[in-house]
Amino acid sequence: MAQTLRNDSGFADPDEVYAALIECHQGLSEEQSARVNARLVLLLANHIGNFHVISEALAAAREGI
Amino acid sequence: MASYDYPVYDYRPSADQRGRQPARRKVVIVGAGPVGLTAAIDLAARGVETVVLDEDNTVSAGSRAICHAKRTLEIWDRLGCAEAMVAKGVTWRTGKVFFGDRQVYAFDLLPEGGHHFPAFINLQQYYAEQFLVERAMSMPEIDLRWKNRVTGVEPRNDCVRLAIETPDGPYALEAEWLIAADGARSPTRKQLGLDFRGKVFEDRFLIADVKMKADLPTERRFWFEPPFHPGGSALLHRQADDVWRIDLQIGWNAAPEEEKKPERVIPRLRAMLGPEARFDLEWVSVYTFQCRRLDRFRHGRIIFAGDAAHQVSPFGARGGNSGVQDADNLGWKLALVAKGLAPDALIDSYAAEREAAADENIRHSTRSTDFITPKGAASRLFRDAALSLAAAHPFARRLVNSGRLSTASVMTGSPLNTPDRDDFAGVVPPGAAAIDAPVVRDGKSDWLLHALGEGFAGLWFLDAPPPRAEAETLAVLGRKPIPMRTAIVSRKAFSSSAGLPVLVDTEGLAAARYDARPGTFYLFRPDQHACARWRGVDPAAIETSIARAIAHSAY
Ligand SMILES: Cc1cc2nc3c(=O)[nH]c(=O)nc-3n(C[C@H](O)[C@H](O)[C@H](O)COP(=O)(O)OP(=O)(O)OC[C@H]3O[C@@H](n4cnc5c(N)ncnc54)[C@H](O)[C@@H]3O)c2cc1C
Repeated sequence: MAQTLRNDSGFADPDEVYAALIECHQGLSEEQSARVNARLVLLLANHIGNFHVISEALAAAREGI
Repeated sequence: MASYDYPVYDYRPSADQRGRQPARRKVVIVGAGPVGLTAAIDLAARGVETVVLDEDNTVSAGSRAICHAKRTLEIWDRLGCAEAMVAKGVTWRTGKVFFGDRQVYAFDLLPEGGHHFPAFINLQQYYAEQFLVERAMSMPEIDLRWKNRVTGVEPRNDCVRLAIETPDGPYALEAEWLIAADGARSPTRKQLGLDFRGKVFEDRFLIADVKMKADLPTERRFWFEPPFHPGGSALLHRQADDVWRIDLQIGWNAAPEEEKKPERVIPRLRAMLGPEARFDLEWVSVYTFQCRRLDRFRHGRIIFAGDAAHQVSPFGARGGNSGVQDADNLGWKLALVAKGLAPDALIDSYAAEREAAADENIRHSTRSTDFITPKGAASRLFRDAALSLAAAHPFARRLVNSGRLSTASVMTGSPLNTPDRDDFAGVVPPGAAAIDAPVVRDGKSDWLLHALGEGFAGLWFLDAPPPRAEAETLAVLGRKPIPMRTAIVSRKAFSSSAGLPVLVDTEGLAAARYDARPGTFYLFRPDQHACARWRGVDPAAIETSIARAIAHSAY
């Protein structure tokens, strides 16, 4: 069966992860932030690897925009 | 071109120009570029006469294609002209990719040994064409007519009527089959009013060939945003005769005529090659690239091949190389149909297989071009992200796309294939081109591909002499109207049986590459693509598979 994008929380400590994301962009210009985000997306997408899961995430990310 | 003397091929009037009625020929080919010439030589090798018409009287002006892939060399080897190409060309297999002043990635296109031909040679298109012309001229089946410009193409019921201009005035010729290999601007395509749709990339590339003595390794080098050419990409390739190809991305807004002027070009090259470099400019051109194809490669008796049928960007060297694969795919099919040995539907299979191959080439080429010329801010952001991660994170190297270099197309879904009934691994499923391996034949080193020859062929993997009766049934298939010649492949040497040659697989590479066990049998089409395989010999199944591979209606 194809793996699907998980919707329940995968984090042990969600607040910590969220804070780390914000922290990561501290002191960066908008342009630098965008670069960091692009690198982050590639690193995480590779970690996930599964094309089906990534496609679902892409669709979910675009929803309503 | 300073380093190359263009041959001039004489225009010779043909008797066809004097007749009252147009002469009728079985196969006429428009265009003596690499694709038309390859098709003519292939057909001649199969005993089919052709008339080849070209409006020019020499080889490709300027060096366009330089990278000729392993599969192309294997095809040209079957046609008797690869040795000269390899001897003249420069052999390479490594590519290096730089971002800024840092190397981020290196790839090896042929990491394993045991292949007759290298991953690539670089050879100027004019040389490749010259060797093809010389080969074609040595074959009596080929009537090569220079300074014959096709001006009219009119499909009729039983032929195609051509109007041709020559230095002696016009004449008409009728073709039972017409191969349109008349290049990207294909007049044949225009005459038929066919759409050639696709994408134009809004970018321009300055292409310069320079003559220079340089102490650089023979490898492909590609730079994204190098210090010597800020904001663009650069590509460097070595060619024969100390000629180097440089390809610089100069952007959509560059003015082509201005950029071609030596006073513009030389400073750009000097920035790249260094203040010390001594070079002479051989040829300069400014290109935009497109990815597009004809909807259908076959229109009745007119068959399109090469750039006339499809166009890609050069990153990946898929233009000429895929065109040669078109000719390879078409030759045996047209020969069988022209001789009345196979149904007309076999020509449809050419169109279907090569349209699918063109889609694959266009997909690769489009993706490469999108990476090299990112469209929009997000696309550039991800491109630069991949490049900036590549040095430290191996996964990102595989995202870096400076061109995915041409390999043989695999016709996996083709109806000419017999689907596997037995379990197989290995890299040669039905539809894939045969993979080479070193063998010993009659005590001499040889190559597996040589044993396949130009007809249907069988490879029978064994570890001991076969039972005489079984060998005999295979030998009988070699004497049919559409013969299949079998060779035995074995780790151990033994004497031939029923006249089947024995290839000794000294290194075991053939068995490994084909996932073979004793008894395994592979059937190859005349273009050396596998079309069926079994774990044991079943002559009835082989005959059924051959019938299927020639689109025989019963299957
Ligand atoms: C800058 C550049 C780099 C490239 N690099 C590579 C590479 O590294 N590797 C690769 O594989 N490909 C490469 N290509 C692509 C390659 O050059 C083409 O794919 C290849 O030349 C196509 O061969 P063809 O025989 O289909 O057409 P062409 O080579 O264009 O030949 C067509 C022939 O038809 C003739 N003709 C045209 N009209 C008529 C007429 N009316 N009557 C009679 N004759 C006519 C012409 O004279 C010509 O000889 C490159 C292309 C460019 C532009």
